[in-house]
Amino acid sequence: MSSAATEHKTTPISHAVVRFAGDSGDGMQLTGDRFTTQIALAGNDIATLPDFPAEIRAPAGTLGGVSSFQLHFSDEKIHTPGDAPDVLVAMNPAALKKHLAEVKRGGQIIVNTDEFDARNLQKAGYTSDPLEDGTLTDFTVQRVALTEITLGALADYIDRGDLNKKEAERSKNMVALGLVSWMFSRPVGDTERWLAEKFAKNQSLVEANIAALKAGWYYGETTEAFAFTYEVRSAELPAGRYRNITGNQAAAYGLIAAAQRAGLELFFGSYPITPASDILHELAKHRSYGVTTFQAEDEIAAMGSVIGAAFGGTLAATASSGPGIALKTEAMGLGMMTELPMIVIDVQRGGPSTGLPTKTEQSDLLQLMFGRNGESPIPVIAPSSPSDCFNTMIEAARIALTYRTPVAYLSDGYLANSAEPWLIPDVDDLPDLTGCVNFTTEPNGENGEYLPYKRDPETMARAWALPGTSGLEHRIGGLEKDPETGHISYETANHHNQTMMRHERLQGIANSLPPTEVIDPDGDASVLVLGWGSTWGPITAACNQLRKNGRKVAQVHIRHVAPLPNDLIEIMRGYETVILPENNVGQLAMVLRAKSLIDIKSYNQVGGQPFTSTELIAAIETFGFGGPA
Amino acid sequence: MTTTNEKLTKKDFTSDREVRWCPGCGDYAILATVQSVLPEVGARPESTVFVSGIGCSSRFPYYMNTYGFHTIHGRAPTVATGLAITRPDLDIWVVTGDGDGLSIGGNHLMHALRRNVNLNILLFNNEVYGLTKGQYSPTSPVGSRHKSTPTGSIDQPISPVSLALGAEATFVARSYDTDRKHLTEVLTAAANHQGTSFVEIYQNCNIFNDGAFVALKDPKLKHHNQILLKTGEPIVFGPEKEFAVVAKNDGSMSIVPTAEAGDRIVVHDPTRQDPTTAYALSRLSHNPTGPTPLGVFRDVKRPVYDHVLQAEVAHAKQSGSNDLASLLASGNVWEVA
Repeated sequence: MSSAATEHKTTPISHAVVRFAGDSGDGMQLTGDRFTTQIALAGNDIATLPDFPAEIRAPAGTLGGVSSFQLHFSDEKIHTPGDAPDVLVAMNPAALKKHLAEVKRGGQIIVNTDEFDARNLQKAGYTSDPLEDGTLTDFTVQRVALTEITLGALADYIDRGDLNKKEAERSKNMVALGLVSWMFSRPVGDTERWLAEKFAKNQSLVEANIAALKAGWYYGETTEAFAFTYEVRSAELPAGRYRNITGNQAAAYGLIAAAQRAGLELFFGSYPITPASDILHELAKHRSYGVTTFQAEDEIAAMGSVIGAAFGGTLAATASSGPGIALKTEAMGLGMMTELPMIVIDVQRGGPSTGLPTKTEQSDLLQLMFGRNGESPIPVIAPSSPSDCFNTMIEAARIALTYRTPVAYLSDGYLANSAEPWLIPDVDDLPDLTGCVNFTTEPNGENGEYLPYKRDPETMARAWALPGTSGLEHRIGGLEKDPETGHISYETANHHNQTMMRHERLQGIANSLPPTEVIDPDGDASVLVLGWGSTWGPITAACNQLRKNGRKVAQVHIRHVAPLPNDLIEIMRGYETVILPENNVGQLAMVLRAKSLIDIKSYNQVGGQPFTSTELIAAIETFGFGGPA
Repeated sequence: MTTTNEKLTKKDFTSDREVRWCPGCGDYAILATVQSVLPEVGARPESTVFVSGIGCSSRFPYYMNTYGFHTIHGRAPTVATGLAITRPDLDIWVVTGDGDGLSIGGNHLMHALRRNVNLNILLFNNEVYGLTKGQYSPTSPVGSRHKSTPTGSIDQPISPVSLALGAEATFVARSYDTDRKHLTEVLTAAANHQGTSFVEIYQNCNIFNDGAFVALKDPKLKHHNQILLKTGEPIVFGPEKEFAVVAKNDGSMSIVPTAEAGDRIVVHDPTRQDPTTAYALSRLSHNPTGPTPLGVFRDVKRPVYDHVLQAEVAHAKQSGSNDLASLLASGNVWEVA
């Protein structure tokens, strides 16, 4: 497509935040995905935030049915999907009503005027038309008859009977995409190719959608309404090959990579649950990598199958979300007690109970740390960004295989669905995990017997002999056991010793961790901002901005939540103020206060959305500096 | 089934652990029979795994010199399924009871059966909870008086055989603890079945529910009450074969004097694909206080879940890529110089 934008007045800008919002059936997630790919291919750094209702098709036109997709893109490294949108595309009154308060003052709002009729206004809860009553005076409003333009562009297809009116109308999201692509001078060629592939079986759908896409572009180009277009220059990212990746996709790839680097087959047993199911979907596509997926009858069965598969000698993993993890806890205790390697992924969502299935939260931390009967310590680790879901998964596998334990892996709804560019790693640079796997094949007892619970003196990992190995037949189970033979033992002293041993075994994992990275550019900050998991993006953005504003802040982000790094408490003691933002009500803060006796300032928000850097800047100013500068 | 020329014996399948069931428990007899059957069907200790849940019967793996996994309440089929899927080379036995398998673990039992995972499931039915010291179970007859039901239980018990047939099981059989010969025959058939075999074993709990199966076990009563199912033979029973099982017009079965049965006597065929006849047989008795069928109700062929799944993985491995670098770089990739 010719870039008419060059004839137009194009303003170079550093970054932009665009939010597409419409009905669940309007195809906003797809529109956002396509725009993201176009932007990424143009070399910008990106971060995305999809947000959709739990209902598959909530009533059309209502606030509850609004689905949105936000994209932040920039000419420099960015860490969050952006706070306030610069551009909001509102496909109907409900989308406008739901998102207006967050749009930047002076920002652009593109509305589909065809949807602003009395009925839709009423459904959205408007008593008067916001396009007419002054509601939007602080914004630049672009009134676009998207439906009419779509039907006009596709008139030939309707006349020929290739599409009926309703089918044609569905392409209005492509008109919106074409228009926004024009606004930001981003070519739509990749989307044309994508459409051709997606609708390969129906040529008129391919042509119609491309026609709609172009109609949107031409509308921008020819109308007088848009005074400016924008261009965000390519970001200076480290050299290499990139692709977009979501957290769930990265987690799935991480499992495949970990199994291959360990020389094991991968078993993944899971029960569908939002927002974790995409990991199962992704893995099911990759059997050729030695991946066996199993959709179990329930969460408990999924966990049980993982224990069985671990006993059989595979790298075994499951994924769920809070309510499913609650069901798995008894079996996770069995995994801990029988000391078999496995990974339990919790893609956290808003809780408690069924909670907010499609929203994000970090509130399962204590459930994973302490939510099993008895003293049942297991390692807990958390990725910090969508692409970090890959590396953290390989680390989870290292710990599980080396120490023979279930590892809890705490992702969340934000990481799961958000995308960012990923510098594709060189496979040879990935950790070699073959050393973590050493199946016992010969008797290890002094009298020629096999002792299933005989431990490696360094890691305290027990021996691991697979069924099928002659002469090493043994029995394991959830009852308390004798230290080496694994025979049932109810001796009081033994139970005490075994309990302490299990805690010591967990703590020993910390000895294998690298020194904690402290980001303190000048080395003289007195305020430390601590975080874990998906808060890394907004905390990093907030700290960077504060430093630009002249504040001295240090940042530490923890991947290993249990056991904590050995040097963490000493690092915390080096600062006058330690601030810990969490998308829960202070769960890690509670643990750290107890362990360190440091009065950590806990900043909490559980709105179902990730932190904005703006709110974190305000919180850090308040807690660390007594208020804004 | 793994086989070699070396002849193994019961001793090879007996662990060094002291058996700790109550003296007189029916579990002893079942344990002895299983330990004797395994060498006869060509099993090897190293490639045999016993997986159990929680309950008296679930202590079983500790007494077998094989691989064993004493899991948690009701979940043995899930652990066994994960193991079977990843290790089709193993012979896996699940030992469960009427509480473990039908109450807390009922869901998993149903799904293992319908999937036809390569497992042998032995359900020891004593119609009572033993390990928790005597409460009624899902198979206890209405009116059972136990600690939690001092005035008698009021809920309808379930027939394990009917349940298994309803859950699409491909092999369903019933035997009882002390008839070594019959139990040996049934277990041998179960071991040789490809897919899930389900065997209900009536097991006497002499502490909390003694005599529950007296109608089938008492020397004076057993010949009147045991309906022994034999493939290809008309179903008749009684000391003089004076009773016969006949099909009624409504699809159910009834017991009539053989003299009056004429040509209506049902000829037993466990290989019939349609489970209707097997189900009708299973309804002849509820709790076994009268004439009760014993033997193999159903034995049909159906693709085995773990075999099919592993064949698919093997095929994918042969025809697809396992190059990690190409997976990581799939989709839209761009270069930053």
